[in-house]
Amino acid sequence: MKDFGYSVLKDETIDYDRQDMRIAKYVLLQEPSIQLCIGCGSCSGTCAAGHFTEFNIRRVHTLIRRGETRLLKKEIQKCMFCGKCQLVCPRGVNLRNLILSINKAIEQIG
Amino acid sequence: MNKQVVVIGAGVAGLTVAGALAEQNIKVILIEKEAQTGGHVRNWDRLFPSRRHGSEVMDFLDSNLTKQVDIRRGVTVSSIVRTQNGFKVTLANDDEIDAACLILSTGFQLFNAAKKEEYGYGIYDNVITSAELESIFKSGKEIATKNGKNPERVAFIHCVGSRDEKVGNLYCSKVCCVTGVKQAIEIKEILPHCEVFSFYMDLRMYDRNFEELYYEAQQKWGVNFIRGRLSECAENPDHTLIIKTEDTLTGKPLKMTVDLVVLLVGFTPSAGTGEIVKMLGLKTGQDGFIASADEHFLDNNTDIPGVFVTGAVKGPACIVNTIADARATAQQAAKYLFTLKTG
Repeated sequence: MKDFGYSVLKDETIDYDRQDMRIAKYVLLQEPSIQLCIGCGSCSGTCAAGHFTEFNIRRVHTLIRRGETRLLKKEIQKCMFCGKCQLVCPRGVNLRNLILSINKAIEQIG
Repeated sequence: MNKQVVVIGAGVAGLTVAGALAEQNIKVILIEKEAQTGGHVRNWDRLFPSRRHGSEVMDFLDSNLTKQVDIRRGVTVSSIVRTQNGFKVTLANDDEIDAACLILSTGFQLFNAAKKEEYGYGIYDNVITSAELESIFKSGKEIATKNGKNPERVAFIHCVGSRDEKVGNLYCSKVCCVTGVKQAIEIKEILPHCEVFSFYMDLRMYDRNFEELYYEAQQKWGVNFIRGRLSECAENPDHTLIIKTEDTLTGKPLKMTVDLVVLLVGFTPSAGTGEIVKMLGLKTGQDGFIASADEHFLDNNTDIPGVFVTGAVKGPACIVNTIADARATAQQAAKYLFTLKTG
């Protein structure tokens, strides 16, 4: 084939029909309170790990719910498990169990 | 039998319903625990979205009161007993009133911001509530920090005591969003060089001309809107404040030093409402406000025949909606009295 010097970029949209939702399903089952999230950022605003690294638990959680889990394993290790996120959450989301569930999901599903 | 009506609470709702009943030549006894009538609106300088003076509304409400309205100021209700012909209302001064029907307009009280300890109200000098800012506007005093300097940066914090299960209030207080936008504009009018920030989750500009006010705040006054709920507030040695949030639209934690923090406090059922609920055995919603008999068809009635509810006893409401609701209540109460008369 003739090389025109172009390449086709990989589709970076969230293709919801093709996402691997196994981790999302597992985590939702383990901690249904995450469905109450309104994305206010109280958790990530107070997060000790988030002040020193790129860690953002609100974003990590939203990405999981959309099936975006490529960087999850590396990201979730940044959590120091201090629990401040849970203290400030206005929706009563059990964030510590969310983190635990994510870790379990990674262990079981990969 | 004398078909008189007892209205409990002389705020916007109580004054409106009393005036509307008096117009129909119905005798009304209006009970108010404070020395003055008017309720919360007495403390508000200007009202959203038109920024009409609160005092204009007060004058209007007072102008509707005729001699048919017997106002008892500075007295509370100590008991209500159901009788054959209606209700016997006993006041704290031992006055007894027979009423054919009761209208509850005991309203709301503002959320106690000290309960949200991480925001520092009552701990740090320069954390105030929206109600306190409003009284500064009303007094015409200078907008100043406790050190007496004009603030160079002010942060408005939305949803304080609302949409927050940590304080037990899951509901939205409806009016704080637009109050915050109105007050942000007013700060900019008085202090054009002051930077004004608004920390919000959603801006619920639900009613007519609210969105336009938000537009004006951005376009004309350059108010900065940052989407993130305040996580915590800390005080510097110079009494300025550091606020921490996530700027959710960039996805990064954000901290900022400000001179003044204004907490937009929401609605809670008033203590008086709680007492009346107990006296009559009325139903409340999960939010603690009184439940009406039916949200669509009998929204001014309760499960007790002859007991009507109006205004913010049923939950957060703005003044425009409260006036409309109170007029509807007067109509429902008049209909009830007519039914009693004709059997």
